[in-house]
Amino acid sequence: MTDFKQLSQPSLLGIRGLTRGDIDLIHATAKEFKDVLNRPIKKVPSLRDFTVANLFFEDSTRTRLSFELAEKRLSADVVNFSAAGSSVKKGETLVDTVNNILAMKVDMVVMRHPHPGAHHFLASKVKVPIVNAGDGTHEHPTQALLDTFSLREALGHDLNGKNIAIVGDIKHSRVALSNILALKLLGANVRVCGPQTLIPKHMDSLGVEVSHDLDDTIRWADALNMLRIQLERQGDGGSVRFFPTLREYTMRFGLTMERLTQADRDVVVMHPGPINRGVEITSEVADCHQAIILDQVEHGVAVRMAVLYMLSQHRPD
Amino acid sequence: MDDQVLIPSEQFELILDRLAHQLIEHHDFAVTDLVGLQPRGSRLAERLQNRLTVLTGTPVRCGKLDVTFFRDDIRTHEKPLTPNVNDMGFTVEGRGVVLVDDVLFTGRTIRAGLDALLAHGRPSSVALAVLIDRRFSRELPIEPNYIGQHVDSIGAQHVKVCWKEEHGFDSVILLNAKPS
Repeated sequence: MTDFKQLSQPSLLGIRGLTRGDIDLIHATAKEFKDVLNRPIKKVPSLRDFTVANLFFEDSTRTRLSFELAEKRLSADVVNFSAAGSSVKKGETLVDTVNNILAMKVDMVVMRHPHPGAHHFLASKVKVPIVNAGDGTHEHPTQALLDTFSLREALGHDLNGKNIAIVGDIKHSRVALSNILALKLLGANVRVCGPQTLIPKHMDSLGVEVSHDLDDTIRWADALNMLRIQLERQGDGGSVRFFPTLREYTMRFGLTMERLTQADRDVVVMHPGPINRGVEITSEVADCHQAIILDQVEHGVAVRMAVLYMLSQHRPD
Repeated sequence: MDDQVLIPSEQFELILDRLAHQLIEHHDFAVTDLVGLQPRGSRLAERLQNRLTVLTGTPVRCGKLDVTFFRDDIRTHEKPLTPNVNDMGFTVEGRGVVLVDDVLFTGRTIRAGLDALLAHGRPSSVALAVLIDRRFSRELPIEPNYIGQHVDSIGAQHVKVCWKEEHGFDSVILLNAKPS
């Protein structure tokens, strides 16, 4: 046993493997970084001796930007890599690509990869801390950490017994799985809501409720996390495959102001972005006072700073 | 050798009174703020704030500054460093600042404190007040302006400051070994 606080894992591969204590430690640290980000000088020298490589084998805008800002706010040196136009196209393996980058004395790797489990594989091959910035449809741990951080800011620190619904395309969402695991660790009641075709089988094994009725879910929930319909993961070049039409999806599962006001309390509205306005959520709802969508983005930088900071000083047990 | 009480409770109060009077003599607290270094310097800063507010008859501002992210031993310290709450609530741009800490030892915390302070504005001047100055152990050219008491001790010893709010009594104790 150690007598100091640190994460139980040397890398952040997923929420699975983290403890409640890990999430509390990341959130407590993120709170202080949120304070840093609101100062006139939004930068600390904590990682000035550190180089971080952002390896994006899959497209990303906000996650990549958020990680890069977090690294720069910590004074780390940053190198960016994207699969497009790289040697990956020439047939180089993942381990070779990463080892080549590490040979240039990089201290930490932040990676997004289309293949679920790529980070676990890599972690067994290289010695530096690895942060999962999304692996296919599997996990997106920093999104779950920032979502739960935002929920704690909005609903109070104790999420025990709070009702949190995740609505939409659960099947193709790495955000959903990481959120479910994090929320369960924090003691929240979790419900997933969406068309039957977009909810994987055996959801009950994760200890979550399943609903196909958005109106009932709104009345049940303290917070709604509205997920994007991921047309790019539905195959067939981005066409609709899992429900008849987008219009029908919106009619049954789109969040409108009319629906939201059915609840007898202010339900918190979240969205991990990018928003498809008019599909899963109307503009009116996305911009209303109950929506904390931009808070999530702000907290993303602070939470990622906390993850990088804690991993950078992880000591072997 | 047993642990030794360096400052008993009654003397503790006298030292705080003296420090408060010295500060008033040299600073105009209409344009000067107290900034305590977290976690233990903030306690001393609050005590001084209470005394100064009574003595001057006007409220004196007091911030809590956490230096963790600015330390030079992140990743080389024996333990991972987790931050304390930073509660400044004001900027120090153009103001005088009295940095306050409980024990001055190597000077490295104060170095980090000077760095951390600049994130809250550019102060017109910075002075340093400490309860205990462990002389002969400095690793950086940093000296306090206001000192509660000098202590000459060897590196293996540890100076522990007890606070009424935390321990039930005020005192300063010299421990012969660092507490685990």
